[in-house]
Amino acid sequence: MTTTLPPVTAAQAAEHGLSAQEFERFCVAIGRVPNLVELGVCSVMWSEHCSYKSSRAVLRNLPTAGPRVLQGPGENAGAIAIGDGLAVVFKIESHNHPSYVEPYQGAATGVGGILRDIFTMGARPIANLNSLRFGSFDHPRTRYLVGGVVSGIGGYGNCVGVATVGGDIYFDRGYNENILVNAFTLGVVRADRIFRARATGVGNPVIYVGSKTGRDGIHGASLLASAEFDDTTEAKRPTVQIGAPFTEKLLIEACLELMERDAIVAIQDMGAAGLTSSSVEMAARGGLGIAIDIDQVPKREATLSAYETLLSESQERMLIVARAGAEAAVMEIFAKWGLDAVVIGAVTDDGLLRVRAGGEEVVTLPIEPLAHGAPVYERPYAPPADLEDLQRLDLNQIPPPSDYNALLLRLLDAPNIASKRWAFQQYDQVVGGNTVVGPGSDAAVLRIKGTKKALAFSVDCNSRYCLLDPYVGAMSAVVEAARNVVCGGAEPLGVTDCLNFGNPEKPEIMWQFREAVRGLRDACTALAVPVVSGNVSFYNETDGRAIPPTPTIALVGLLADVSHHTTQWFKSEGDVVLLLGRTREELGGSEYLAAVHDLVRGTPPWIDLAVEMQVQQVCLQAIRDGLVRSAHDVSEGGLAVALAEACISGPNEMLGAEIEMEAAIRPDAWLFGESQSRVVLSVRRKHVSRVRDLARAADVPLTVLGEVRGRRLRIGSLIDVAVADLRRAWAEALPRRMEE
Amino acid sequence: MRWGVVTFPGSLDDSDAVYALEQVLGEEVVRLWHNDRSLHGVDCVVLPGGFSYGDYLRAGALARFSPVMETIVRFAHDGGLVSGICNGFQILCESGLLPGALIRNRGLSFLCTMVRVRVEDTDTPFTRSYRQAEVLHLPIKHGEGCYVADARTLEELEDNRQVLLRYVDSAGRATEEANPNGALRNIAGIVNATRNVFGLMPHPEHACETLVGGADGAGIFRSVRATLSEGLPARAASVPPGL
Repeated sequence: MTTTLPPVTAAQAAEHGLSAQEFERFCVAIGRVPNLVELGVCSVMWSEHCSYKSSRAVLRNLPTAGPRVLQGPGENAGAIAIGDGLAVVFKIESHNHPSYVEPYQGAATGVGGILRDIFTMGARPIANLNSLRFGSFDHPRTRYLVGGVVSGIGGYGNCVGVATVGGDIYFDRGYNENILVNAFTLGVVRADRIFRARATGVGNPVIYVGSKTGRDGIHGASLLASAEFDDTTEAKRPTVQIGAPFTEKLLIEACLELMERDAIVAIQDMGAAGLTSSSVEMAARGGLGIAIDIDQVPKREATLSAYETLLSESQERMLIVARAGAEAAVMEIFAKWGLDAVVIGAVTDDGLLRVRAGGEEVVTLPIEPLAHGAPVYERPYAPPADLEDLQRLDLNQIPPPSDYNALLLRLLDAPNIASKRWAFQQYDQVVGGNTVVGPGSDAAVLRIKGTKKALAFSVDCNSRYCLLDPYVGAMSAVVEAARNVVCGGAEPLGVTDCLNFGNPEKPEIMWQFREAVRGLRDACTALAVPVVSGNVSFYNETDGRAIPPTPTIALVGLLADVSHHTTQWFKSEGDVVLLLGRTREELGGSEYLAAVHDLVRGTPPWIDLAVEMQVQQVCLQAIRDGLVRSAHDVSEGGLAVALAEACISGPNEMLGAEIEMEAAIRPDAWLFGESQSRVVLSVRRKHVSRVRDLARAADVPLTVLGEVRGRRLRIGSLIDVAVADLRRAWAEALPRRMEE
Repeated sequence: MRWGVVTFPGSLDDSDAVYALEQVLGEEVVRLWHNDRSLHGVDCVVLPGGFSYGDYLRAGALARFSPVMETIVRFAHDGGLVSGICNGFQILCESGLLPGALIRNRGLSFLCTMVRVRVEDTDTPFTRSYRQAEVLHLPIKHGEGCYVADARTLEELEDNRQVLLRYVDSAGRATEEANPNGALRNIAGIVNATRNVFGLMPHPEHACETLVGGADGAGIFRSVRATLSEGLPARAASVPPGL
């Protein structure tokens, strides 16, 4: 059987990130002490990043099924049927730790990795979105990180030919030392041609394709992604992977061409934990074994050891299980595209991972414990000690502003609200020829060629809300993403989530995680949007300081008719401005409170899921009935900011508006409070009564706010600003801070 | 007539050019592979946008050595029509079919945005269906789109009316603000001295349908069709209404 390699010590296991109990558990599972190469294999498979040991128990509660779901969590990505014989395949994934250490490559390889998860299922990627969280601009590293990450996303995405059509970017000092880079990709595939990563057919050849294997990224999963930062972080630089988008482009074309034939039975990309995870996971799903010869693996350096080869996270590589006899077809296609393709092993029936190097077997491990044997932790949880105090907000202590115009301009200048054009103009938004609505509106919209349909996308998470109440905050992320997609004219279809949290071994972090997942569950259930894929990123902490809980939600919607697509900016003078929903007197967690009073306090705006659904239904019906000229969700900055954005954020000439103020609550709460379930619509005057009828039938409050007119935004007697001034503040905020 | 759209390793907007020509404009299109020396009887070659060969060395530097480019250079010298879009323009400059070069954007970053370009001359197979001084809305998306050439070349281009597209503002003026990448004289597209090879940085293939951003680019392809159809019976239009 195995090898001349000696068994490892407990100290070596600890260095590999395994606790003493975990090491013992593994030794018991395999009936002996592993050697060093086997320890490496176990350490990555049982890392938090790969095994989800701290989150699995909690994630079981999420709604993942639905009548249109073709593939839920468990494969490389989720898949939902959209009719016309087609399906969409999508997922969001994090690349947080590498991006902090090396922002360009960290972000670039984050994009590369998620792309592979999509095309490995046979879907041509057509849309990228990204959700970014950076520290505050007064932190010395922020500008460097922002520049590097945006550059890296563009550098990879543009070169690979997938349009980047949306996303969000937030700045908060809670991310000063732990930025977040969450990358989303969606592809379209024929519903009956979805490829999976389940090894079948004993004796079938296992083929390695793509880039050569090098030393980059070793222990990226186990030691970089599964641990906090501290003063040894810089030394982790070699654990960041290096991306080559040109190679990925060739890989996409080669794989999709191969998938048109009948040559392969399973395919998986080599992502976190590289060759190890792809071979173990494919074998595990098939209930089989896999035998590999490391000497066959194309290497950048001849001196690469078996350990390094197995753990390398070199990018742009895929592992294929081909039909016996179809090897030639695979080789031919990869040769055409100039990529390596080598048979490195075969599927077996012994349920083992066997790895040979230099003529001897260096790894002999049962697949089951590797893939499914990691402990499932039910970690202790308790709310943070300071939370109750943090949730107290006495509005009487908040003095009303003296100059509302200056305040509005200040909010438009706030990095969390200001135009993100500085970033998205670095991304190719149109390649692929499908972009109907690009970045800059509530939802991006892409048409589906050959059909009348279109897809809409939004990614959202307000981490301030999540800090103050993770349950409500997570619900808010879901409903806001759905509301954005509805404003784009689409019916919400499904969700993929990226749950970014601190150290789960701390009870308060585990509590935040559990509460957030509970909120996610309740909102997705109420809105009937299943969670078909997702990712958990723990250990986003430095020196014990955790990020605010950030359960990022990416939501995909479907337009049955692409002509229903709707944008957020006013269209014509004379159109009437309406508000769907009710404004309550609440300022907790608002951008107004943070930007102007430097306070993150209170409870986030309340959500009534039934009310939210009714508002969304009225909005969508009005759009489908052709009554809506523009629709804009109210979020950070509240109603005044939403109105300003409707005036200034379009590509054509800006339009002003005359708006009446409601007197029932304090003015700053009416203008800048962030009550949920509200949408600003503009409609032609002749259509107002029909929209009113729809609202009344659904019991949704509807207020006539005013009219689109002129070149100033006037709200009551408190706000009177030229739209050109609003625009200047909003457009210059980010470029100015980046150039400082 | 027949169009040929070339695919190099790393070409990205090749499929978009094929879609625009075939599905939107109803043209007959052949896909040409970089390693294939034959042009398969096409009447006009399109070199598409993208990052051919990963922009290794310089954008377009390697593509010029591919087998299909050898044939295309001869084709162009014989008067065949060639249109290079973005990376295609870079390839045409690298292979000497067009003068000058495309270097890094003045702002140093990749820039994707809509621009206005003015049609400077309609006496070419590529621009004849536009009006003189017509302003087009087209998308650009590039990191190396700054056109440069020595003073003498620039003078020749202007004197011979070889500048076909120029970046302008909403008032139709070729100002610095209207210039997205620093290109000398706001040059967005040029034709060669014999007026059969056209290179442009904006993407007309992404401007053939109002649904996905506007249809101002269709005129370039229609101009070529009109040129080649001269004297031939009018082709039954499969051009969608409204274009």
